[in-house]
Amino acid sequence: MSDSTNAPQVGTDLVKRGMADMLKGGVIMDVVTPEQAKIAEDAGAVAVMALERVPADIRAQGGVSRMSDPDMIQGIIDTVSIPVMAKARIGHFVEAQVLESLGVDYIDESEVLTPADYTHHIDKWNYTVPFVCGATNLGEALRRISEGAAMIRSKGEAGTGDVSNATTHMRKIRAEIKALTAMPEDELYVAAKELQAPLPLVQEIAKTGKLPVVLFTAGGIATPADAAMMMQLGAEGVFVGSGIFKSGDPAARAKAIVKATTFYDDPKVIADVSRGLGEAMVGINVEEEPEPHRLAERGW
Amino acid sequence: MTTIGILALQGDVREHAHAIERLGASAVGVRRLSELDAVDGLIIPGGESTTIDKLLRIFELFDPLKQRLDEGLPVLGTCAGMIMLASDIIGAIEGQRSLGVIPMTVRRNAFGRQVDSSEVELTWRPDGSTMHATFIRAPWVESSADAVEVLAVDEAHGGQTVAVRHRNAIATSFHPEIVAPGATPDDRVHQVLLDLVASRR
Repeated sequence: MSDSTNAPQVGTDLVKRGMADMLKGGVIMDVVTPEQAKIAEDAGAVAVMALERVPADIRAQGGVSRMSDPDMIQGIIDTVSIPVMAKARIGHFVEAQVLESLGVDYIDESEVLTPADYTHHIDKWNYTVPFVCGATNLGEALRRISEGAAMIRSKGEAGTGDVSNATTHMRKIRAEIKALTAMPEDELYVAAKELQAPLPLVQEIAKTGKLPVVLFTAGGIATPADAAMMMQLGAEGVFVGSGIFKSGDPAARAKAIVKATTFYDDPKVIADVSRGLGEAMVGINVEEEPEPHRLAERGW
Repeated sequence: MTTIGILALQGDVREHAHAIERLGASAVGVRRLSELDAVDGLIIPGGESTTIDKLLRIFELFDPLKQRLDEGLPVLGTCAGMIMLASDIIGAIEGQRSLGVIPMTVRRNAFGRQVDSSEVELTWRPDGSTMHATFIRAPWVESSADAVEVLAVDEAHGGQTVAVRHRNAIATSFHPEIVAPGATPDDRVHQVLLDLVASRR
């Protein structure tokens, strides 16, 4: 029955950004096997992020970290019915093409993997599949959006279990948005220059007071209280990487973080769900991590 | 003033609130039983149906909510919300439940994966005019009881039923709540919910 005037339009801005809207208030969990993906789905994750090694292991083992084996990603797609995301290296547009062909629902152009291009990010407008990208500040978020990202996550410092950088990045993005909304119009030109971001996006944010895409948080979230704090700081949802499957009881911790993300403003619920979870992941203080090893600084 | 609750366990709650406010009613998030008891109608938003189902049960809202809906509380479900209102689900995960308000079978992720998510033009049967619809990893209605009224079918994909009404409940596969920047919102689906609320008084 379809004709040329009413063929379904795929890969539109609305469909890409709208997909992220449907994840709001939810927890997206890093998984490295179909078994872990099943545990995440059963715990109430809104999506899973398929990757070869969680950030804590990437950090411990070193070496070049790349897109996962297509067999592993396919295995996860075949195992769960919730959306499956997967990571491509910054600038690696062919890894992104491969992930799109596998049918992943979202691509994370991620600083957790070793960058493939130290100058350019992927031109994300060229894809039907939507992209999420990390940001440490508003300018970085707007550069990614101008390249076609349909969702932003604050970066934090992945694989540490130390939430302090996630806090810094969320506060920074929030403060920079607020500053724009208070600025007279004739000062936005210089603001755009200083943010190194396109003027039309800067003007839009000055008017609306929010990013034009969904903002999640990531990097170092290890407890239900961490997740709830990020939500209170204005995140619309949470990525949890190593925090779940590097802990003593992943299924229980995953469920607890899901509950705390929904009731992020209710300390009684957060207290209840935090009881008896066993060991949290062993943390690394970001400040003790030498700067060349900090993942958040990847991205340009 | 009419107050519409939006089930706020997970999903695109704010977009529904904006639609309700544009129509002159007030919108509140519902996460607790006391909040459910204060509303004239309810929206179950888009989101992840498996997550919403689990959270409903964990926080002991599932049975009271089902009871209110069976008693006639007007309700709109979009996408994941349509799945929650159905009596039967194809493609459910093990143990997944739905509220069984509309006697119909829905298929989860019926159109495919995210790369198959799309925008199409539909005919909105209540007034015979065109409606722009956005499907995101959407379900469709595989079959329904005779008593279920079909409000829209998706000719662009092959004629699947994508909007229905049954007694106090409306469900859409698509997302009337999300609006492209600069586009004029189309709040006809939300108006049907407000009309159901008004006719119940």
